[in-house]
Order: sequence, then structure tokens, then C-alpha cells
Amino acid sequence: MSESPRLLVEPGRVKLSGSWTLAEMLPRLPALQAELAACPSGIDHWDLSAVTRLDSAAAVLLWRTWGARLPAGLVAGELHRQALQRVAELPREIPEQARTPLRFPELVGALLLKALVNLRGMIALFGQLLLDVGYLIRHPQDVPWKECWANVYKAGAQALAVTAMVGFLIGVTISYLSALQLKSFGADLFIVNILGISIIRELGPVLVAVLVAGRSGSAMTAQIGVMRVTEEIDVLSTMGISRSIRVVLPKIFGLTVAMPLLVLWTSSVALFGGMLAALLQLDLSLIYFLDNLPRAVPVANLIIGLSKGVVFGFVIALVACHFGLRVKPNTESLSANTTSAVVTAITTVILFDAIFAVFTRHIGVPQL
Amino acid sequence: MSQPPVIELSGVCASFRGRVVHRDLSLRVEEGQIVGLLGGSGSGKTTLLREILGLLRPDSGSVRLFGVDLNEPDVQLQRDLRRRLGMLFQHGALFSALSVFDNIAFPLRELRCLDADWIRRLVHLKLAMVGLEPMHGKLMPAELSGGMVKRVALARALALEPELLLLDEPTAGLDPDRSQNFVELVGDLQRELGLTVVMVTHDLHTLAGLATHVAVLADQHIIAFGPKAEVMTVDHPFVTGFFGADRRKLL
Ligand SMILES: Nc1ncnc2c1ncn2[C@@H]1O[C@H](COP(=O)(O)OP(=O)(O)OP(=O)(O)O)[C@@H](O)[C@H]1O
Ligand SMILES: [Mg+2]
Repeated sequence: MSESPRLLVEPGRVKLSGSWTLAEMLPRLPALQAELAACPSGIDHWDLSAVTRLDSAAAVLLWRTWGARLPAGLVAGELHRQALQRVAELPREIPEQARTPLRFPELVGALLLKALVNLRGMIALFGQLLLDVGYLIRHPQDVPWKECWANVYKAGAQALAVTAMVGFLIGVTISYLSALQLKSFGADLFIVNILGISIIRELGPVLVAVLVAGRSGSAMTAQIGVMRVTEEIDVLSTMGISRSIRVVLPKIFGLTVAMPLLVLWTSSVALFGGMLAALLQLDLSLIYFLDNLPRAVPVANLIIGLSKGVVFGFVIALVACHFGLRVKPNTESLSANTTSAVVTAITTVILFDAIFAVFTRHIGVPQL
Repeated sequence: MSQPPVIELSGVCASFRGRVVHRDLSLRVEEGQIVGLLGGSGSGKTTLLREILGLLRPDSGSVRLFGVDLNEPDVQLQRDLRRRLGMLFQHGALFSALSVFDNIAFPLRELRCLDADWIRRLVHLKLAMVGLEPMHGKLMPAELSGGMVKRVALARALALEPELLLLDEPTAGLDPDRSQNFVELVGDLQRELGLTVVMVTHDLHTLAGLATHVAVLADQHIIAFGPKAEVMTVDHPFVTGFFGADRRKLL
């Protein structure tokens, strides 16, 4: 019974027939529109009595053809008339949803403001954290140990494999490239210094920070974000459970504890990779390498590396939680905030690394 | 003139991890019927709708819509089939990243045939149909009340002018006035366009006002299907319990 929509133009009147529905119109929509547009505008006699079905899409199409009014000589069944009447009741001019384009200075200002708002949010979160820690010191039975250690496990233990693999490969690469250079100067033995200082002091912590920001930081933001989307965060507060103690604190604790351990682990594996490459490339025995490592790399470097680990872990978790709490209950905001969390975390880590470099420039550099 | 039935399920079995939800379920809905699907909570009504939509493949048995088997491999055919039906999900399932307006406009824009003005008019028309103001179009789904979510979801389900409308608890969360409007709206659409509607509902009022047929899902299959008055007299604990004292009032 679904026959395609047709119109027949006779002198002085137009006769429509068939089923005027979106599905039936779609296959020959351009042709139909052209036919309707070609109808002489003076015609006031429209016969819709042979139309079997008329849906709102077709009603809008006809309404527009008629120039936003019902023609005086309209012949239509009661039901079709109702459909047309619905369209007629709409406001004549429907305002377009205005989107004002952003101008360049506005854009810069908006970005700056956003950055400031985020900074403020992070400081507030930090303050909240201090308050929570104060509370927990007075009420030690409220410390969510289980969540804390679960986070150490998730952010630390489960990241061992990937950090080891990346660390090993980076160790091999640096060792190999440096060996090529050192060989031509006849300064083979300095490979210990180069590898030791660069990996323990600089590369280990930064490498782990980048990996962890991508791995655990994004996961934290997404988790808190989804809890916002599904209103789980609100459920926590209705149960009288502090979201910062139960959700944020364990994450920050977990990453702050796990990061230095991961740094230690990754630096060791990277050094091991470097040693292997040195053995193959320069014939430097593993024993010699290990014997000379403490002499070439003062222990202060290890301490600097590990402190960087602590700070980076804290920063990544703080940034991740901050952006997680900022998620609005929709998927777009979730993805935007997860991206921001990772980008901001890595940028902040590098910023802190630079600060470290400036303030520790006299410490741990071997005097030859 | 023999139209194929709009929905035809035969011998459908479905289970989740070994737990059987449907066993040998058969249902046949003809064009123009408004079927109220009844069943206890957790009896598998939503699952049945998901099977009809092809979102869930039954373990065995066949599902045919408009005479086309859902297992037919022709992708174009399947896509055209999906355009002919609209679904209102139990929890709305609005696109959370899009505003109300864009949610309703989305399926229309996907057709890539309609111009902006046409789409805008259609969206406002649908908004008016479900009793929302044009200014509500700017809101995001998170800013809506529960009942408004339902109404926007209904508007979106109606956007493509579907021939088959599947509604999962359309009036749950609406005030009596709004459910009355809903009953009138769907009734009007049915008369104008000859829609076929399958709706899950626990609301006797909606059922009485709208449904022409009733299907009762219990014991993992359809235990009764037929015109409203007929089904109400069926002697099954669920049916007697559901209609209970209201049985006479509905008749
Ligand atoms: N994705 C799934 N995985 C496992 N089990 C499921 C899944 N979806 C539904 N079920 C189970 O199937 C059964 C039927 O669920 P369904 O959602 O169809 O119930 P319903 O009839 O719609 O109930 P209500 O009226 O409460 O909405 C339930 O027991 C549910 O636990
Ligand atoms: Mg359900």
C-alpha cells in the first residue's frame, strides 16, 4: 500500500497522491523538491484527498512550498489537516542557534583564564588534601588503606613490564649512540659516567613520568570522570563518605608511593640495557661497569632521581584527579578532560624537571 | 493483499551466561497494531526489544521485521530497515555530548538530504509534539529532568518518522497530564501514519488508553497475545495479579 509520492499539476490546481512520508520521499527527494518549486505560485487549489499518508517531514515541505501559510483552497482529510496545522502553529521564523565566532584576543584571554582557573582548582585540591591528611592523622581508623594499596598495585606493580621494556630499549639506544662517539675520541671508559648520570638523574624519572602520565594519569581522570557522569560521586556524598578521602587521596597516595619505586626499577633496567650494549660495542665488562658506577655517579644523583619520582608522581596524580573532578556529565567533556589531564601532567612534569635542574645544579656532579 | 507482519519472532531462545531469559518465544505483530508488552520486572521485556532491534542476537530462532530476516547479510537492506524503526530506550540514552536540539537533529542530519531550515522546523515540531519549548533545545541532556529526558528521547525516536515504534516504558517518570498527552500523541500518529507500536509499560492508564493488543511475557515466553479485552480474561497468576481489581474498570 506504500506507493511513492506523486504530484500532478493541472491548470489552476495541484493534486497530490501517494504516501508522503520521509521514507517514501527520500529516494526521489531532489526531483520532488524541484517539481514543487516549479508549481506556479498563484495556485491556491491544493488537493490532498488522494494522499494516503502525510508525515511531519512532508508537512514541513509543503508548508515551505506554500510560503508559510495554508492555501485557501486546500482539500485535505481531517488527519492530514491536523499534521499541517501542527506545522502552522510553529513560530514563523525560527531563530537559528547563534554561535558567535571567537576572535583572536578573546581566544588568548579565554585560554589564559582557563589556565588560571585550573591552577586555582589544583591549589584548592592540594589544600583539601592537606586538610584531609590532617583529619586522617587525628582519625587514623578512617584511612582507606585498602584503596591506597590497591592504587599502589595498579599504578606500580602492573606497570613494571612496560616501564622495564621501554627503559631497557632506551638504555641500549643511548649506550650504543654514545659508544660510537666515545670510541672515536678513545674515551670508551666515560660511557659509565654518561649512562650513569643521564639515566639515574634525568632520563629514568622523566621517562617513567611520561609513561605513567599516559597510563595511570589518564585512567584516573577517566575513572573519576565516569563516576561524575553516572552520578556515583554524588552517591558517595549522600552516604556521608568524603569523595576526596575515598577517591582522590588513595590515588595520589598510590602514585606518590609507586613512582619512586618505578623510577628505581626503570633506571636499573635501563642501566642494565646500557651495560649490555657497552659490553657488545666497547667490550666493557659488566664487572668493570658496576665497579666504576659508584665512583662516576655520586649517590646524590640517585637521591635526586628518587625525589623527582616522588614529586612527579604527586603532580601527575594531582593533575589527573583535578581534571577528573572537572568532568561535566557528558562524553565530550570526559574525552576533553582526559586529554587535558595527560597533556598538562606531562607539561607540568617537564616544568618541575627544569626547576629541579636549576636548583640542584651544584649537587652530585662528579669532580674529575 | 498480504502484507508481511511487521514483527515476526519465532522460536526465539536467548540466555545470558547460561541463564535462560527467553525460551521458544514467538510473537507476531501486524501493521497498525499498538501492542502493550507486559511482564514482571526482569522478565526480559527490554531484552525482547533489543532482539527486535537486532542489538542482541538470539541463540536460536528467527527475527523478521517487515518480512526481512535480521540475519540477512545485505548491509544496505539492513540499514534501510533500521531507518524504518524508532526506539525509545528505557533510560533515554541521549547523546550526552549533544544538546537537546542536536540530539533530535542528529538522525535527520545523517540522512544528508535535508537542508538546515527543514531540519530546524522538524526538530521544533517534534519538540512541540512532546510538549517541550523551543528554548529547551539549547539544554544539554545532563541539565534535563528525568521526565524531560524521556520526552526528548521520544522526540528523537520520532525524528525519522518511523513506521515501527518501540517504546520501553515511555510514561514512567511522567506526570499524569504528560502521560495523557503522550497517549494522545501516539494515538494521533498511529491514525495519521498507520504506525505500528510495541510498548513496554506498567502503567494501566497508558495501556487502557492506547493499546489495541496486549502481549504478556512470563515464564520466558509470550503466554498470551491478543486484543486487550481478550488477554485480560486469561487465567495466569501474572495476568490476574497485574490487572487485579482494575480488570473491570478497564473493560
Ligand atoms: N547484558 C546482560 N548481561 C547479563 N544479563 C542480562 C543482561 N541484560 C539483561 N540481563 C538479564 O536478563 C533478564 C531480563 O532483563 P530485562 O532488562 O530484559 O528485564 P525487563 O523485563 O526489561 O525488566 P524491567 O521491567 O525491570 O526493565 C534480567 O534477569 C537481567 O538480569
Ligand atoms: Mg527493561
